[in-house]
Amino acid sequence: MGTLAERRIGPPLLKAEQISLAFGGVRALSDVSLEIREHEILAIIGPNGAGKTSMLNVINGFYHPQRGTITFKGETRRRMRPHQAAETGIARTFQNVALFRGMTTLDNVMTGRLLRMRRNFLWQALHWGPALKEELEHRSFVERIIDFLEIQAIRKVPVGQLPYGLQKRVELGRALAMEPTLLLLDEPMAGMNVEEKEDMSRFILDVNDEFGTTIALIEHDMSVVMDLSDRVVVLDYGRKIADGPPDSVRRNQDVIDAYLGVSHD
Amino acid sequence: MAVAETERKARPAVRRTALDTIPKLLLDNAARRGRRPAMREKDLGIWQSWSWAEAARQVQDFANGLAALGFRRGDKLGIIGDNRPRLYWAITAAQCLGGVPVPVYQDAVAAEMEFVLEHAEVRFVVAEDQEQVDKLLAVRERLPRLEAIIYDDARGLRHYAYPFLHAYERVQQQGRDFARLNPDFLHGEIAQGRGADLAVILYTSGTTGQPKGVMLTFDNVIIMARRAAEREGLDETEEVLAYLPIAWAGDHIFSYAQSYCTGFCVSCPESGATVMADLREIGPTYFFAPPRIYETILTRVMIRMEDAGWAKRRMFHHFMALARRVGGPILDRAPVSFWDRLLYAVGAALIYGPLKNALGFSRIRIAYTAGEAIGPDLFSFYRSLGINIKQLYAMTEASILCVQPDGQVKPDTVGTPLADVEIRIAENSEVVYRSPGVFAGYYKSPQATAETKQPDGWVHSGDAGFFGDDGHLRIIDRAKDVGKLRNGTLFAPKFLENKLKFFPYIKEAVAFGADRPFAACFINIDADAVGNWAERNGVTYGSYLELAGLDAVYDLVQECVETVNRDLAAEPHLAGSQIHRFLILHKELDADDGELTRTRKVRRRYIGERYQSLVDALYGEARTARIASEVTFEDGRKGTIRAELAIRDVKIAASVAPLRRAG
Repeated sequence: MGTLAERRIGPPLLKAEQISLAFGGVRALSDVSLEIREHEILAIIGPNGAGKTSMLNVINGFYHPQRGTITFKGETRRRMRPHQAAETGIARTFQNVALFRGMTTLDNVMTGRLLRMRRNFLWQALHWGPALKEELEHRSFVERIIDFLEIQAIRKVPVGQLPYGLQKRVELGRALAMEPTLLLLDEPMAGMNVEEKEDMSRFILDVNDEFGTTIALIEHDMSVVMDLSDRVVVLDYGRKIADGPPDSVRRNQDVIDAYLGVSHD
Repeated sequence: MAVAETERKARPAVRRTALDTIPKLLLDNAARRGRRPAMREKDLGIWQSWSWAEAARQVQDFANGLAALGFRRGDKLGIIGDNRPRLYWAITAAQCLGGVPVPVYQDAVAAEMEFVLEHAEVRFVVAEDQEQVDKLLAVRERLPRLEAIIYDDARGLRHYAYPFLHAYERVQQQGRDFARLNPDFLHGEIAQGRGADLAVILYTSGTTGQPKGVMLTFDNVIIMARRAAEREGLDETEEVLAYLPIAWAGDHIFSYAQSYCTGFCVSCPESGATVMADLREIGPTYFFAPPRIYETILTRVMIRMEDAGWAKRRMFHHFMALARRVGGPILDRAPVSFWDRLLYAVGAALIYGPLKNALGFSRIRIAYTAGEAIGPDLFSFYRSLGINIKQLYAMTEASILCVQPDGQVKPDTVGTPLADVEIRIAENSEVVYRSPGVFAGYYKSPQATAETKQPDGWVHSGDAGFFGDDGHLRIIDRAKDVGKLRNGTLFAPKFLENKLKFFPYIKEAVAFGADRPFAACFINIDADAVGNWAERNGVTYGSYLELAGLDAVYDLVQECVETVNRDLAAEPHLAGSQIHRFLILHKELDADDGELTRTRKVRRRYIGERYQSLVDALYGEARTARIASEVTFEDGRKGTIRAELAIRDVKIAASVAPLRRAG
């Protein structure tokens, strides 16, 4: 896998430069710079409270850093809103599942297509002509995702009734329905058993491989991180302490200290 | 071979027609019913369908492609995957070229797959997806004959840069190019096929020893598929859902050969997990399942009903009671009073219809079960709903042998022999048969073939059975397990045990009797069912041991045993093996103690040795027996249970002369 992955990785797709983010007196991120390169799988790791989720929130415009810039697809924005991020092709999943629990798997994944629906509310209410045609196109796209994630059997099941592992997969499906260029996954494997983790890892690799989607993910399970990612960025106390291929990061003394807990004096 | 008195003769002559191979049937279907659907598959949420004309084109393109890759007459084509139209077409494509398809169980591990592919000398394989391709790649080095792997689903395979790996569409494309240059090639190949040619090699699952390759000719497959279709009046309007493994002989007959013979449409489910939903959407008219699937469906219905509101529940139970009384007779066209028919019609509108619809059985004409004994309660549940469930007797080595005719369906027989099938019962009670469906032999195992199949065509089934007065065959046990009581009466332990286990209160039973004066048995009560009964009847108990020893529980079990005896008394062959004495074991039989196999079959001989003193007591005069037995706890510690068990004498049903009790 290694050599193949290196060959397809392209230039930086997203650049975060000198990001600093504080909530009142709490410094969540200090002067963090990182790049996400086209077609790569980047893992962001770090101990609890290191600022990983804050970093994702900055990337998709949910938090606005006090300092620093985000450049996505060559366009620099100081302030970007989440819906703008979504429109430019950034999709994400959440640490705690954020689906519409009463809606079916199919409908949940369909909501991922909303940004791409061009007909207005009235047309859709009519459910006729161009609106119908548009819906069919979206439905067939969503069906490809359902097939891809092997969730046909739960197509019509309300997601509230599904086990956690499957809900995570549906959430991934909804993110994929947006046809993102950059996919942000916040702990996609938290709370899963070994088998579910293996399944999810395979889907992440397949998404990266089949659709060429760039992926940035936060994960705690080190074996998963080491197997999946092309590059690892390590955050600790809001600062970046390491950045590189999994093997070199694993041997990095700062990283070992951060995880094993050396006293910070 | 020594053969007992029972013998059934059937029409000896085998009718021959020009349509004697599957590829010829395909062309015939494409010409005669070209627009009718041949195959459906649910893909991307929609049922995609292919008419017979389209299916024929798919098969021909792939066959030409195989020829372009170098597939020759007599070559073997391995087929590995779930039920997918393209895999079924690949089977036919190989047959068009005079090759032999070898379907492999899709859940086989790489090593099992290696054995079959190596043994069958497979040169080409069609694999469904990445999972199967990966397994093949893992063993490829040890399969020097394997030249090409063709995959159906390209997902995840894009970066596999192996020259021997081909996409199914690419092979079909090559086939179309090949056909432009050799337009008459394929029809010439198809015309060369003969009914006596080898059609398929089906490997037995090999639970004991290595799998054996059963070679079936086109005559074997097509004649038996036709005989069964004639018996049931199948035609091109049937709907079938193909969900059992392609490598299994049953699927090869029901979803493949019969479809070609009658022209009906076969639907492939979206995935293994969606079968129940797909079943409902397709609404098959013709359905096959082992008893365990019927049981799962029934359990689901019952659980859902318990969750329903009280009005619905009352209505359900009221009408199910009616159905149990009159549903079976109505299905069998037996006389039923007008008033009951009227009530049943109301039940059909309110309960049976909606229920069948929810299960996907609205249109069902014939539902088969086979493989294992089916409980009478389970059987009558479906029949009372108006679902024509029946049993059949089939073997990989012979396709279908017996089917229950409509109107004569019973839970404990496997029906009457089909036309052209001859069945005899050998002296040791083994069922031996001869039919046009009898296999050509085991591939590359002349010795195993000779052990099973006589030179004159008679085949040893390995099953013990007998014909009742109604002409129905009853299978009672594996022939090697059947013994005789000391007075020469047939003794089939599994038959007795199964009859006992159909009672909810009895979890396991172990029957003894071979070379003994009479049959006797150990009973294991079902702690849940008996415990529940005790609760409802105000019987108190402190432990399994105590519950098992209660007089009231003995009474309960005695009733069950006496019912079994009454059943046995009605069968002249088995009347002598009625159960005279029984005792209830003080502990549950357990695989950890070596008393059951891991698949929960009782190890009769081992239990007999371990509880020698109890067996002796059964055949002695005593009313009780003492036992101290070692048990292994879940955490691996060992302990001893001591108990004094009561032994009960059971009433022997009156219709037969009581046997002498020769101690």
